[in-house]
Amino acid sequence: MSEEIYGIVASFKDTPSLYHAAEKVRDAGFNHWDTYSSFPIHGMPEAQGQKRSKVPIFTFAGGVTGLTLGTTMVWYMNAFDYPLIVGGYPFFSPVFPFPIMYELTILLAAFGTLGGMFIMNLLPQHYNPLFNCAKFLEVSDDRLMIAIEAKDGQFDPVATKQFLESIGGFDIEEVTA
Amino acid sequence: MSSDTTDCSIDSAKQALLDKVAPATLKDQNLVTNNREFSWVTNKICKIVESNTPNWWWVCMAVALVTASFTLMGLIWLVSTGVGVWGLANPINWGWAIVNFVFWIGIGHAGTLISAILCLLKQGWRTSINRAAEAMTIFAVVCAGIFPLFHVGRVWFAWWLFPLPNANLIWPQFRSPLEWDVFAVSTYGTVSVLFWYMGMIPDLGILRDRAVQRLTAGIYEETSKLRESIARGTDVFRKYFYGVLAMGWRNAGNHWRNYEMAYLLLAGLSTPLVLSVHTIVSFDFAVAVLPGWHTTIFPPFFVAGAIFSGFGMVLTLMLPLRALYGLHDLITQRHIDNMCKICLGTGSIVGYAYIMEFFIAWYGANPYESFAFINRAFGQYSWAYYIMFSCNVFTPQLFWFKKVRQNAALVWIMSILINVGMWFERFVITVTSLANDFLPSSWGYYSPTIVDIFTFAGTFGLFSTLFLMFLRFLPLMPIGEIKFIMPQADPHGHSDDDGKESE
Repeated sequence: MSEEIYGIVASFKDTPSLYHAAEKVRDAGFNHWDTYSSFPIHGMPEAQGQKRSKVPIFTFAGGVTGLTLGTTMVWYMNAFDYPLIVGGYPFFSPVFPFPIMYELTILLAAFGTLGGMFIMNLLPQHYNPLFNCAKFLEVSDDRLMIAIEAKDGQFDPVATKQFLESIGGFDIEEVTA
Repeated sequence: MSSDTTDCSIDSAKQALLDKVAPATLKDQNLVTNNREFSWVTNKICKIVESNTPNWWWVCMAVALVTASFTLMGLIWLVSTGVGVWGLANPINWGWAIVNFVFWIGIGHAGTLISAILCLLKQGWRTSINRAAEAMTIFAVVCAGIFPLFHVGRVWFAWWLFPLPNANLIWPQFRSPLEWDVFAVSTYGTVSVLFWYMGMIPDLGILRDRAVQRLTAGIYEETSKLRESIARGTDVFRKYFYGVLAMGWRNAGNHWRNYEMAYLLLAGLSTPLVLSVHTIVSFDFAVAVLPGWHTTIFPPFFVAGAIFSGFGMVLTLMLPLRALYGLHDLITQRHIDNMCKICLGTGSIVGYAYIMEFFIAWYGANPYESFAFINRAFGQYSWAYYIMFSCNVFTPQLFWFKKVRQNAALVWIMSILINVGMWFERFVITVTSLANDFLPSSWGYYSPTIVDIFTFAGTFGLFSTLFLMFLRFLPLMPIGEIKFIMPQADPHGHSDDDGKESE
């Protein structure tokens, strides 16, 4: 196994053909594959058979943490650990710490969102075999690609190549791991 | 049944009439003009970073650095001597520092409006101005932060503002709006940076891939060996610099799916955030029981003013950039029209608020409140009030006219007038109420000192320095988002109108 194959890449001529090709790869039942384009494509997640992104879970967790932290922090500091008498105001109330609670909710929800995006995309990632492919780098400009990975159960070096060709792919190449 | 047939006959009669008059189908102007290709967009934006530094950049950078040194001098003077070097004296204990703080924070708000609120409203035209406007937000927050940080005098105690126990184990006092401000502004700065960075990840990946492609191809057509090795060395630097920042982004459909969701969520979080920040800034005033400050109109009035001044600043920055880099196909007349119209809308809200404040001062029948407003317009600071009123209320009204909006030079001058006016608005609000309060025996007149002037003037240099660095090192526009609004990105075939806008 000196030349282990990572997968097969194929290019497509425009956005509609990439979109329809993605639908066909999805219907053929592949699991380990993805489309590549330098811009988001409207409706592509459905065409790829992907479910709704799970990033909102992280956002919600961050927001709840922020709200709890803001509330308990103000209570602990101004009402429990060192109560200070200021202008006859109560030591704690849900009203005056509201800006703190509000801002910390947003702050931690934002961190949760960015962190969630990284976690769900498995980033940062310092290496991916696809970067060895010169044509793959052109995706950054205007190339549109589909890559089917060798670890997919249905993968077969010859049949998968023929399949990609049949759905309109060109510049079909094997990418070594 | 009979009614159906009548309808049909009317329809066919109408159809015949329509065919006869042949009404024009009105289309919005495309957001990327001249039918550009994807690769044109990639090249245009990446070349801004990749090409040799233009001469005007060095000139601007030199001027900006010299100006920025004024702030440094002002701050050294302040810290080594004490806050007495500012023009603050009883009864005016809030002077230029708070004015400058509110001014800069307000400018930042347009960036978040463009990146967050216009994203939620699916305004496709935001894409080409959004990155630069977000950069403007962050740099404006940096400039704003200097003033509250240094006005505490002994700046080495500024950490007392954060929720850490001080030497006597006393915590910050959360019943003060100034403490709310600390949280609002630091959250705003942080979330703006997160949003800005996340939006840039795909574009940083593009710059990384382009550097790798050039290095692999090895074609450097430079005039000498030295220039060639410099170009090669720069690309090696780019490969690692953008490579690290791009975090291994590889444009996968799965990446985009999570990215789009995260982008939408950050836009949804930034929208209430930006509205809350200037609301809390206005609480600094509105919570005090001083005539002219103690009004419930302040939060919406401040937010409208902030967006007004911020769009003024976006126009001030983007119009010269458009001319210098030839970005006319990306920042079209439609973009300028839309920005002018937002200035017109928010400027009118500001003008309405000025008039409404007067009405309420009269209608509220509080003699101190009426005095505060009559004093603003006719008292010792009336000169500042007239600058404010003419710049903020009359200037934007010219944007009703198409001829004005199409004259880039005129729009640029007006955008500067808007910023002058908005600075004076904060000056009028802060100083007039403090200078002439309840007791005439304690009235005073505020004048800034040379240190005040130096510190403020220098922040424009600091802002320009940061913005010029951004131009050279980071992608000016979100390449992926611009491609997304082009007709070629439609998965269901080309259509001439940009249907994305109304989705």
